[in-house]
Amino acid sequence: MTGRAGLVLRSIAPFVAALPVLWLVQGVLPSYHSFVFINIAVNVILAVSLNVVNGFTGQFSIGHAAFMAVGAYTAALVTTGMETFQVMGLPPVASDAVVFFVALVAGMAMASLAGLLVGIPSLRLRGDYLAIVTLGFGEIIRVIIENTRVLGQATGISGLPAYTNVVWAGMGVVATVVMARRLLLSTQGRALLAIREDEVAAEAMGVDTVGWKVRAFVISAAFAGLAGALLVHKIQLVTPRMFTFVKSMEVVVMVVLGGMGSITGSIVAATLLTVALESLQAADQYRMVIFSMLLIVLMLTRPSGIFGTREIWDAMPRWTRRRPGGRAT
Amino acid sequence: MTEFLQHVVNGVSLGTIYALIALGYTMVYGVLKLINFAHGDVYMAAAFAGFYIATALGVRDHPTIGKALAVLVGSMAAAGALGWAIERFAYRPLRNRPRLATLITAIGISFLLEYGFQLPSLQAQGRTFEEVLRGWGWAVPGWLHSLVGVLPSTFPPGPTPRFFPEPFTRIDWTVLGGVHVSNYDVVSFLVAVGFMLLLQWIVYRTRFGTAMRAVSFDPRVAGLMGIPVNRVISATFVLGSVLAAVAALLVAGSRPRIDPIMGLMPGLKAFVAAVFGGIGNVPGAMLGGIVLGLAEEMVAGYTVSSFRDGIAFAMLILVLIVRPEGLLGRPTVEKV
Repeated sequence: MTGRAGLVLRSIAPFVAALPVLWLVQGVLPSYHSFVFINIAVNVILAVSLNVVNGFTGQFSIGHAAFMAVGAYTAALVTTGMETFQVMGLPPVASDAVVFFVALVAGMAMASLAGLLVGIPSLRLRGDYLAIVTLGFGEIIRVIIENTRVLGQATGISGLPAYTNVVWAGMGVVATVVMARRLLLSTQGRALLAIREDEVAAEAMGVDTVGWKVRAFVISAAFAGLAGALLVHKIQLVTPRMFTFVKSMEVVVMVVLGGMGSITGSIVAATLLTVALESLQAADQYRMVIFSMLLIVLMLTRPSGIFGTREIWDAMPRWTRRRPGGRAT
Repeated sequence: MTEFLQHVVNGVSLGTIYALIALGYTMVYGVLKLINFAHGDVYMAAAFAGFYIATALGVRDHPTIGKALAVLVGSMAAAGALGWAIERFAYRPLRNRPRLATLITAIGISFLLEYGFQLPSLQAQGRTFEEVLRGWGWAVPGWLHSLVGVLPSTFPPGPTPRFFPEPFTRIDWTVLGGVHVSNYDVVSFLVAVGFMLLLQWIVYRTRFGTAMRAVSFDPRVAGLMGIPVNRVISATFVLGSVLAAVAALLVAGSRPRIDPIMGLMPGLKAFVAAVFGGIGNVPGAMLGGIVLGLAEEMVAGYTVSSFRDGIAFAMLILVLIVRPEGLLGRPTVEKV
């Protein structure tokens, strides 16, 4: 499986393979579990997409929730605006699916525009300063939403159609993971890794560091927007309070815990933390305390996270590996 | 005109607070190149330390100047100790690791303080510390009663806001035909300026200040020249935290509502002020604080007041794009 056909197959096959499995899961899971499943899926999308900026490119974004908000609000406007819209000649279910798909794409597009906006200051900024700009941007987005009448100000928009189900969320995860994996193995991914390892050296070697940083932000933002759009169409409500600095930090913890630069690490960490948070729901006040202690202890003992930049299969015996791809260092 | 002057008065009074907090950020950044995210929470902890001391001393019923000073000094000591501990146990072990690791730890500390302070206290759980001690088989000596009664059973304070007792009675003056100035504004302005001058003297006129600037310039070479780098860094944290405590008490005097997340926004904004003035630059932090305070007050006064929180970050992004080294900072060239 080489050449163009192989590439296309590798990108399409996961979707084709996942669809029947997700349908099955959808049919089997009781409603509470499917809620948890969607939560996990949303967090996996967030963590993997943030990993593109924080892990692959070595920048430090702490405003991921802002992109989520942009995606969520855009999609919410589309679905509420098109609720009575009926695609000609299609049954209602299929018509809803079309509307939701349009909403998701719109959310991703708007979020990537926002990512472009944040990426531009990175023309001149590095490291900590960039982190602060993403944080500031997140706060500005929140202030804008809270002052815009169309977006429902502080109360937000309620009564969104409950379009998100296990299949949509699962397909979102597949799309994100395929994107991250394909990106990492491509020339573009190598450019991002070069920036992470040594920005000055990468620039000297002819890597367009500014361009790639901006692109990483745009890609990451688009998928954060997808996660936001999926989440609000499950809980049927979107408010600015859902997308605060705390939410951004949750995602950062997931990425750091899993290992910056490791896709499987992000997936595992996001899943574990979401399940942990769900079961800690009763002891809500201890949740963030445990989170922060976890972060501190992790940094003091194992700052590269559980997986570091490795993937899960790097830990498996040699003969099970198909190819030596994905290793960053 | 009167309205404008009133905004100037409010803006300067807010700006001095930002300036005091920003000094802590700027000094720590100067010596460690670290954004100490926990600084805003040291400010919060200092406000609570002051609150507990004031409660133990009974400031609410019998406020005196002596008690106000005791609260100030006690809170400064508590904040200094907290700042020292954070540096010693969280940042120092990571000194030679990638800067990102320290930044993440700083965020972790910040969250730990914010959410740790929101946990329910023994009192909220319907127990007292004495009962817990007795449960462990320990008795409390009589002279410790008031202290043991106040602190451990009402700490952590929990998410509900507390109200800081007034250290002295508020007097409002009307000057220049309608501008309101209270004695709190005057006192906090004088105290803030006093501490800034003191800091300026410490940094530029003392041996310790020279050592601090040397560490900021190049820690390794400073170490080779016989400067105790670790001690200088610890002292810098203590100094910054003490200034945060001063800021916290000045705020708590005029805006008495204190809660565990009160440090988040002022902390971020003070950081913006530090960047605005040129991070690592002491006069820059003061200037940045005042400018930010004025800008916020003007925006809140003349446009929609809910834009207040946005202006700081808009300013930040603008400054970083136009002049990343800040107003008074010197541009640095990255060398390989």
